[in-house]
Amino acid sequence: MEDLKQELKENIIEQLNLEDMSVEDIADDDMLFGDGLALDSIDALELIVMLDKNYGIKLTDPKEGRAIFESINTMAAYITEHRSK
Amino acid sequence: MTTNYNISSYCHIKNHQVSLNGSVVFSEEHSSFSEFIKAAYKAQETKYPKFFKMDYLSKLAFLAADILLKNQSLDSEKENNIALVFSNKASSLDTDILHQKAIQHKDNYYPSPAVFVYTLPNICLGEISIKYKLYSENSFFIFERFSADHLFTYSTNLLDTNKAESVLCGWVELEGENYEAFLYMVSKEGAIEHNKQNIITLYNT
Repeated sequence: MEDLKQELKENIIEQLNLEDMSVEDIADDDMLFGDGLALDSIDALELIVMLDKNYGIKLTDPKEGRAIFESINTMAAYITEHRSK
Repeated sequence: MTTNYNISSYCHIKNHQVSLNGSVVFSEEHSSFSEFIKAAYKAQETKYPKFFKMDYLSKLAFLAADILLKNQSLDSEKENNIALVFSNKASSLDTDILHQKAIQHKDNYYPSPAVFVYTLPNICLGEISIKYKLYSENSFFIFERFSADHLFTYSTNLLDTNKAESVLCGWVELEGENYEAFLYMVSKEGAIEHNKQNIITLYNT
Protein backbone atom coordinates (compact mmCIF):
# COMPACT_ATOMS: atom_id res chain seq x y z
CA MET A 1 0.00 0.00 0.00
CA GLU A 2 2.85 2.42 0.82
CA ASP A 3 4.41 1.79 -2.60
CA LEU A 4 1.06 2.52 -4.25
CA LYS A 5 0.70 5.81 -2.34
CA GLN A 6 4.19 6.85 -3.42
CA GLU A 7 3.35 5.92 -7.03
CA LEU A 8 0.10 7.90 -6.88
CA LYS A 9 1.86 11.01 -5.60
CA GLU A 10 4.48 10.78 -8.36
CA ASN A 11 1.82 10.25 -11.03
CA ILE A 12 -0.38 13.07 -9.76
CA ILE A 13 2.54 15.52 -9.78
CA GLU A 14 3.54 14.47 -13.29
CA GLN A 15 0.11 14.07 -14.87
CA LEU A 16 -1.38 17.21 -13.36
CA ASN A 17 1.75 19.32 -13.91
CA LEU A 18 2.09 20.32 -10.27
CA GLU A 19 5.44 21.84 -11.12
CA ASP A 20 6.26 23.38 -7.76
CA MET A 21 5.34 20.30 -5.70
CA SER A 22 7.31 17.27 -4.63
CA VAL A 23 6.18 13.92 -3.25
CA GLU A 24 7.16 15.11 0.25
CA ASP A 25 4.71 18.02 -0.03
CA ILE A 26 1.70 15.69 -0.27
CA ALA A 27 0.59 14.02 2.96
CA ASP A 28 -1.43 10.81 2.70
CA ASP A 29 -4.48 12.48 4.23
CA ASP A 30 -4.22 15.88 2.48
CA MET A 31 -7.42 16.96 0.74
CA LEU A 32 -6.74 16.75 -3.01
CA PHE A 33 -9.45 19.28 -3.84
CA GLY A 34 -10.55 22.42 -2.00
CA ASP A 35 -8.14 23.63 0.67
CA GLY A 36 -5.54 20.91 0.09
CA LEU A 37 -3.83 20.64 -3.29
CA ALA A 38 -6.54 22.85 -4.83
CA LEU A 39 -7.02 20.61 -7.85
CA ASP A 40 -9.72 21.70 -10.32
CA SER A 41 -12.42 20.01 -12.40
CA ILE A 42 -10.06 19.22 -15.30
CA ASP A 43 -7.69 17.59 -12.79
CA ALA A 44 -10.60 15.44 -11.61
CA LEU A 45 -11.14 14.24 -15.18
CA GLU A 46 -7.42 13.50 -15.50
CA LEU A 47 -7.58 11.39 -12.33
CA ILE A 48 -10.49 9.41 -13.80
CA VAL A 49 -8.41 8.75 -16.94
CA MET A 50 -5.43 7.80 -14.75
CA LEU A 51 -7.50 5.20 -12.87
CA ASP A 52 -8.59 3.66 -16.17
CA LYS A 53 -5.20 3.77 -17.90
CA ASN A 54 -2.97 2.68 -15.01
CA TYR A 55 -5.23 0.44 -12.95
CA GLY A 56 -8.02 -0.67 -15.28
CA ILE A 57 -10.72 0.98 -13.18
CA LYS A 58 -13.60 2.63 -15.05
CA LEU A 59 -15.67 5.07 -13.01
CA THR A 60 -19.15 5.15 -14.46
CA ASP A 61 -20.72 7.36 -11.81
CA PRO A 62 -18.88 10.72 -11.50
CA LYS A 63 -20.35 11.12 -8.00
CA GLU A 64 -18.18 8.20 -6.91
CA GLY A 65 -15.11 10.31 -7.62
CA ARG A 66 -15.87 12.74 -4.82
CA ALA A 67 -15.18 10.12 -2.14
CA ILE A 68 -12.46 8.23 -4.04
CA PHE A 69 -10.41 11.35 -4.79
CA GLU A 70 -10.66 12.82 -1.31
CA SER A 71 -7.03 12.01 -0.47
CA ILE A 72 -4.13 9.73 -1.36
CA ASN A 73 -5.37 7.36 1.38
CA THR A 74 -8.84 7.03 -0.14
CA MET A 75 -7.48 6.64 -3.68
CA ALA A 76 -5.01 3.95 -2.65
CA ALA A 77 -7.70 2.02 -0.75
CA TYR A 78 -10.12 2.13 -3.69
CA ILE A 79 -7.45 1.12 -6.23
CA THR A 80 -6.25 -1.78 -4.08
CA GLU A 81 -9.80 -3.13 -3.90
CA HIS A 82 -10.86 -2.60 -7.50
CA ARG A 83 -7.76 -2.71 -9.74
CA SER A 84 -7.67 -5.09 -12.70
CA LYS A 85 -4.10 -4.31 -13.73
CA MET B 1 -13.13 63.10 -36.74
CA THR B 2 -10.59 60.30 -36.52
CA THR B 3 -8.82 59.74 -33.21
CA ASN B 4 -5.15 58.95 -33.29
CA TYR B 5 -3.95 56.05 -31.22
CA ASN B 6 -0.51 55.03 -30.10
CA ILE B 7 1.50 51.95 -29.29
CA SER B 8 2.63 52.22 -25.70
CA SER B 9 4.69 49.02 -25.43
CA TYR B 10 5.52 45.84 -27.29
CA CYS B 11 6.99 42.45 -26.53
CA HIS B 12 8.76 39.79 -28.60
CA ILE B 13 9.40 36.19 -27.67
CA LYS B 14 11.45 34.37 -30.31
CA ASN B 15 14.86 32.81 -30.94
CA HIS B 16 15.38 31.95 -27.26
CA GLN B 17 14.89 35.59 -26.25
CA VAL B 18 12.25 37.72 -24.55
CA SER B 19 12.38 41.42 -25.28
CA LEU B 20 10.32 44.34 -24.07
CA ASN B 21 10.23 47.54 -26.11
CA GLY B 22 13.25 46.37 -28.08
CA SER B 23 15.43 45.50 -25.08
CA VAL B 24 16.25 41.90 -24.26
CA VAL B 25 14.93 41.06 -20.78
CA PHE B 26 15.63 37.32 -20.84
CA SER B 27 17.53 34.89 -22.99
CA GLU B 28 18.54 31.25 -22.76
CA GLU B 29 20.34 29.72 -25.69
CA HIS B 30 20.43 26.02 -26.49
CA SER B 31 17.15 25.21 -24.79
CA SER B 32 14.03 23.47 -26.05
CA PHE B 33 10.86 25.57 -26.11
CA SER B 34 9.65 23.74 -23.01
CA GLU B 35 12.82 24.57 -21.07
CA PHE B 36 13.01 28.10 -22.42
CA ILE B 37 9.45 29.15 -21.62
CA LYS B 38 9.66 27.69 -18.12
CA ALA B 39 12.93 29.53 -17.43
CA ALA B 40 11.49 32.76 -18.88
CA TYR B 41 8.39 32.42 -16.69
CA LYS B 42 10.51 31.92 -13.58
CA ALA B 43 12.72 34.87 -14.48
CA GLN B 44 9.63 37.09 -14.71
CA GLU B 45 8.62 36.05 -11.18
CA THR B 46 5.00 35.66 -12.16
CA LYS B 47 3.54 33.55 -9.40
CA TYR B 48 0.75 31.73 -11.22
CA PRO B 49 0.81 27.91 -10.77
CA LYS B 50 -1.82 27.44 -13.49
CA PHE B 51 0.88 28.43 -16.00
CA PHE B 52 2.34 24.92 -15.75
CA LYS B 53 -0.97 23.37 -16.77
CA MET B 54 -1.26 25.38 -19.98
CA ASP B 55 -0.38 24.06 -23.42
CA TYR B 56 2.63 25.54 -25.22
CA LEU B 57 0.66 28.08 -27.26
CA SER B 58 -1.05 29.39 -24.14
CA LYS B 59 2.26 29.56 -22.28
CA LEU B 60 3.75 31.59 -25.10
CA ALA B 61 0.77 33.97 -25.36
CA PHE B 62 0.32 34.21 -21.60
CA LEU B 63 3.94 35.11 -20.91
CA ALA B 64 4.10 37.77 -23.65
CA ALA B 65 0.82 39.29 -22.46
CA ASP B 66 1.87 39.13 -18.83
CA ILE B 67 5.10 40.99 -19.52
CA LEU B 68 3.10 43.83 -21.11
CA LEU B 69 0.14 43.87 -18.71
CA LYS B 70 2.16 43.77 -15.50
CA ASN B 71 3.69 47.10 -16.54
CA GLN B 72 0.32 48.76 -17.15
CA SER B 73 -0.33 49.68 -13.49
CA LEU B 74 -3.73 47.98 -13.66
CA ASP B 75 -6.15 48.33 -10.76
CA SER B 76 -6.91 44.73 -9.72
CA GLU B 77 -10.15 45.89 -8.02
CA LYS B 78 -11.45 47.48 -11.21
CA GLU B 79 -12.63 45.94 -14.45
CA ASN B 80 -9.98 46.54 -17.10
CA ASN B 81 -11.44 47.22 -20.52
CA ILE B 82 -8.54 45.85 -22.53
CA ALA B 83 -9.55 43.98 -25.68
CA LEU B 84 -7.46 41.04 -26.88
CA VAL B 85 -6.92 40.58 -30.62
CA PHE B 86 -4.51 37.75 -31.40
CA SER B 87 -3.62 35.91 -34.57
CA ASN B 88 -1.42 33.13 -35.88
CA LYS B 89 -1.04 30.61 -38.69
CA ALA B 90 -0.92 27.20 -37.02
CA SER B 91 -4.00 27.68 -34.83
CA SER B 92 -3.79 25.09 -32.01
CA LEU B 93 -2.16 22.47 -34.26
CA ASP B 94 0.64 21.70 -31.79
CA THR B 95 -1.88 20.59 -29.16
CA ASP B 96 -4.23 19.06 -31.73
CA ILE B 97 -1.41 16.67 -32.70
CA LEU B 98 -0.87 15.71 -29.05
CA HIS B 99 -4.56 14.94 -28.70
CA GLN B 100 -4.59 12.96 -31.94
CA LYS B 101 -1.70 10.79 -30.69
CA ALA B 102 -3.70 9.99 -27.53
CA ILE B 103 -6.66 8.70 -29.56
CA GLN B 104 -4.74 7.13 -32.45
CA HIS B 105 -5.07 3.51 -31.36
CA LYS B 106 -8.29 1.83 -30.27
CA ASP B 107 -6.47 -0.41 -27.80
CA ASN B 108 -4.64 2.54 -26.22
CA TYR B 109 -7.38 5.17 -26.33
CA TYR B 110 -6.85 7.57 -23.43
CA PRO B 111 -7.60 11.16 -24.46
CA SER B 112 -6.33 13.60 -21.87
CA PRO B 113 -8.95 16.15 -20.75
CA ALA B 114 -6.14 18.56 -19.84
CA VAL B 115 -4.82 18.39 -23.41
CA PHE B 116 -8.22 18.39 -25.09
CA VAL B 117 -9.32 21.67 -23.47
CA TYR B 118 -6.51 23.44 -25.35
CA THR B 119 -7.49 22.22 -28.82
CA LEU B 120 -8.70 25.69 -29.76
CA PRO B 121 -6.33 28.65 -30.21
CA ASN B 122 -8.54 31.17 -28.42
CA ILE B 123 -8.18 29.31 -25.10
CA CYS B 124 -4.99 31.31 -24.56
CA LEU B 125 -7.11 34.47 -24.54
CA GLY B 126 -9.17 32.96 -21.73
CA GLU B 127 -6.05 32.23 -19.69
CA ILE B 128 -4.95 35.87 -19.98
CA SER B 129 -8.46 37.13 -19.24
CA ILE B 130 -8.72 35.00 -16.09
CA LYS B 131 -5.40 36.22 -14.73
CA TYR B 132 -6.13 39.89 -15.40
CA LYS B 133 -9.90 39.82 -14.84
CA LEU B 134 -10.66 40.97 -18.37
CA TYR B 135 -14.33 40.76 -19.41
CA SER B 136 -13.59 42.58 -22.63
CA GLU B 137 -13.79 41.82 -26.34
CA ASN B 138 -11.47 39.10 -27.55
CA SER B 139 -10.80 37.53 -30.92
CA PHE B 140 -8.31 35.07 -32.35
CA PHE B 141 -7.74 35.11 -36.12
CA ILE B 142 -5.97 32.54 -38.28
CA PHE B 143 -3.94 33.99 -41.16
CA GLU B 144 -1.42 32.67 -43.62
CA ARG B 145 1.06 35.25 -42.31
CA PHE B 146 1.30 38.22 -39.93
CA SER B 147 -1.25 40.82 -41.02
CA ALA B 148 -0.54 44.34 -39.79
CA ASP B 149 -3.38 45.52 -41.99
CA HIS B 150 -6.01 43.42 -40.23
CA LEU B 151 -4.69 44.04 -36.71
CA PHE B 152 -4.60 47.79 -37.34
CA THR B 153 -8.12 47.95 -38.77
CA TYR B 154 -9.68 45.69 -36.15
CA SER B 155 -8.07 47.31 -33.10
CA THR B 156 -8.76 50.83 -34.39
CA ASN B 157 -12.39 49.91 -34.85
CA LEU B 158 -12.65 48.55 -31.29
CA LEU B 159 -11.23 51.81 -29.94
CA ASP B 160 -13.26 54.08 -32.25
CA THR B 161 -16.50 52.38 -31.26
CA ASN B 162 -15.63 52.48 -27.53
CA LYS B 163 -15.67 48.69 -27.31
CA ALA B 164 -12.35 48.93 -25.50
CA GLU B 165 -10.13 51.54 -23.85
CA SER B 166 -7.01 49.78 -25.06
CA VAL B 167 -6.18 46.75 -27.17
CA LEU B 168 -3.54 44.12 -26.61
CA CYS B 169 -2.92 42.60 -30.00
CA GLY B 170 -0.47 40.74 -32.18
CA TRP B 171 0.80 37.38 -33.33
CA VAL B 172 1.43 34.19 -31.31
CA GLU B 173 2.64 31.33 -33.47
CA LEU B 174 3.80 27.96 -32.24
CA GLU B 175 4.42 24.68 -34.02
CA GLY B 176 6.87 22.25 -32.47
CA GLU B 177 10.11 24.07 -31.71
CA ASN B 178 9.17 27.00 -33.95
CA TYR B 179 7.68 29.80 -31.91
CA GLU B 180 7.19 33.52 -32.18
CA ALA B 181 5.16 35.98 -30.14
CA PHE B 182 4.80 39.67 -30.94
CA LEU B 183 2.24 41.54 -28.86
CA TYR B 184 1.70 45.26 -28.46
CA MET B 185 -0.59 47.62 -26.56
CA VAL B 186 -2.66 50.21 -28.41
CA SER B 187 -4.45 53.11 -26.71
CA LYS B 188 -4.44 56.90 -26.59
CA GLU B 189 -1.22 56.69 -24.55
CA GLY B 190 2.23 55.93 -25.88
CA ALA B 191 5.01 57.38 -27.97
CA ILE B 192 4.75 55.34 -31.18
CA GLU B 193 1.99 56.30 -33.59
CA HIS B 194 -0.37 53.42 -34.27
CA ASN B 195 -0.19 52.87 -38.01
CA LYS B 196 0.44 49.92 -40.33
CA GLN B 197 4.01 50.87 -41.13
CA ASN B 198 4.99 51.15 -37.47
CA ILE B 199 3.34 47.81 -36.68
CA ILE B 200 5.36 46.15 -39.46
CA THR B 201 8.55 47.88 -38.32
CA LEU B 202 8.09 46.74 -34.72
CA TYR B 203 7.17 43.23 -35.83
CA ASN B 204 10.41 42.99 -37.79
CA THR B 205 12.53 44.41 -34.96
